[in-house]
Amino acid sequence: MQAMRRFIKTFLLWELLQGLWVTLKNMFRPKTTINYPEEKTPQSPRFRGLHALRRYPNGEERCIACKLCEAVCPALAITIESGVSDDGTRRTTRYDIDLFKCIFCGFCEEACPVDAIVETRVLEYHMESRGENIMSKDKLLAVGERFEPTIAADRAADARYR
Amino acid sequence: MWTWAPLRSWLASLITSYWADPALNAVQILMVMIGLILVMAFYTLAERKIIGWMQSRRGPNRVNLFWVPGLGQPFADVVKLLFKEIVVPADANGILFRVAPFLTLIPALAIWAVIPFAPQHAFANINAGLLYILAMTSMGVYGVILAGWAANSKYAFLGAMRSAAQIVAYEIAMGFAMVGVLMVSGSLNMGAIVESQHGGPLSWNWFWLFPLLVVYYISGVAETNRAPFDVAEGESEIVAGFHVDYSGMAFALFFIAEYVNMILISALTVIFFFGGWLSPLDGYLPASSLLAAPSFFWFGLKTLFPMFGFLWLRATFPRYRYDQIMRLGWKALIPVTLVWLLVEGVLIYYHVGPWKGHP
Repeated sequence: MQAMRRFIKTFLLWELLQGLWVTLKNMFRPKTTINYPEEKTPQSPRFRGLHALRRYPNGEERCIACKLCEAVCPALAITIESGVSDDGTRRTTRYDIDLFKCIFCGFCEEACPVDAIVETRVLEYHMESRGENIMSKDKLLAVGERFEPTIAADRAADARYR
Repeated sequence: MWTWAPLRSWLASLITSYWADPALNAVQILMVMIGLILVMAFYTLAERKIIGWMQSRRGPNRVNLFWVPGLGQPFADVVKLLFKEIVVPADANGILFRVAPFLTLIPALAIWAVIPFAPQHAFANINAGLLYILAMTSMGVYGVILAGWAANSKYAFLGAMRSAAQIVAYEIAMGFAMVGVLMVSGSLNMGAIVESQHGGPLSWNWFWLFPLLVVYYISGVAETNRAPFDVAEGESEIVAGFHVDYSGMAFALFFIAEYVNMILISALTVIFFFGGWLSPLDGYLPASSLLAAPSFFWFGLKTLFPMFGFLWLRATFPRYRYDQIMRLGWKALIPVTLVWLLVEGVLIYYHVGPWKGHP
């Protein structure tokens, strides 16, 4: 009996028709794809995009060259050299992030005691020639200055969970 | 009714009447070719759109034409393929490599000569139309085999062998399904096959020959090497099968041939089983009304459904394993057709069914 029923089912292509019904239903469902450049997916305040170095509101660099980020970086993407600045404080003389090595894990941001190195929401950037993948200190500070309002707002939004 | 006579006399006044018939034929051929290529172009777009929708995607929507997103995609593709280099592999057999795409495309287009688009409007109204179709569909496989062999690549060769074996296996089931249609119509003429089905949707062949319809359509999908029977291409195993080494327009010719064949199988399904250019409202509306009259409109409209079926199947089913394909062809489809031919013979003998006037 069981075998008979299976035979009939096979012959009526029952399971194939069920499959066809599934695809037909899906054809009229709303689509999950978004039209990327015009529409964008929502971002979390914790989004880990392009790096930036921040300054204090008085314009002083936050980074104190403690090299914790360099130590924690699993991809060895950060290179730091330190020195004494004009006002006698310990500062970085070189702070490079190789974007090709970086895996955007956010450990540098976690390790930083002064919230100097952060990852911004910026994800649309590109390079046009070799060497541009190295984010030097100047470039990182420039990114930080440009996006400081969003960076500060995101840190504030996430503050109670940190 | 609309005829070619005014066009022919105009051509005769333009050139001598001796050349009017060849010129008329050329015009007709051009009309069919351009129409087919256009339908094929938008069919590729429809495929990408419909499969996209079935997979919860949007499909191509970047190239606008007449302010419709995505409508220009086929033309963008054509431009891209035209500008690509045609690479001939160093160890390939140069002549066969260049000839093979045409050997697939020419039979695919040549079959359309006997397709009845509307009453009295097959371009070659020959009495052996069905035989011609069987012969021409079999010719298409030569291009595939030669392409696979000439490229001098293992993958291409494997694809060609698979495709050849598959087409041989399914040609038999397809031929048997056509025999069923033949028993009903009593003629090999395509126009006569359509006319034998007149009298509303229930007297079309699909109702009494339903198993043959299913067999015919499945074999048609297998014949055109479409999913789920596309082992000849089998991206995951043999890259792209017989046309791995083709690029640019040479590849596009295979592509055109494949899609024209899909449209052809759809058109043949409609002619054999869904009454070709006969109106589905025939018998429900007064015979004088335009919608009840047989016309090209109904033929085109009906052809869209099997065409959609091709895409639907591709979006739904995973690829068959090769031995399963062979088992389905030899052990399932052929027995089904044989049994139904017997049943049909009995039906005809006892005058059951709409074909009562049959000798």
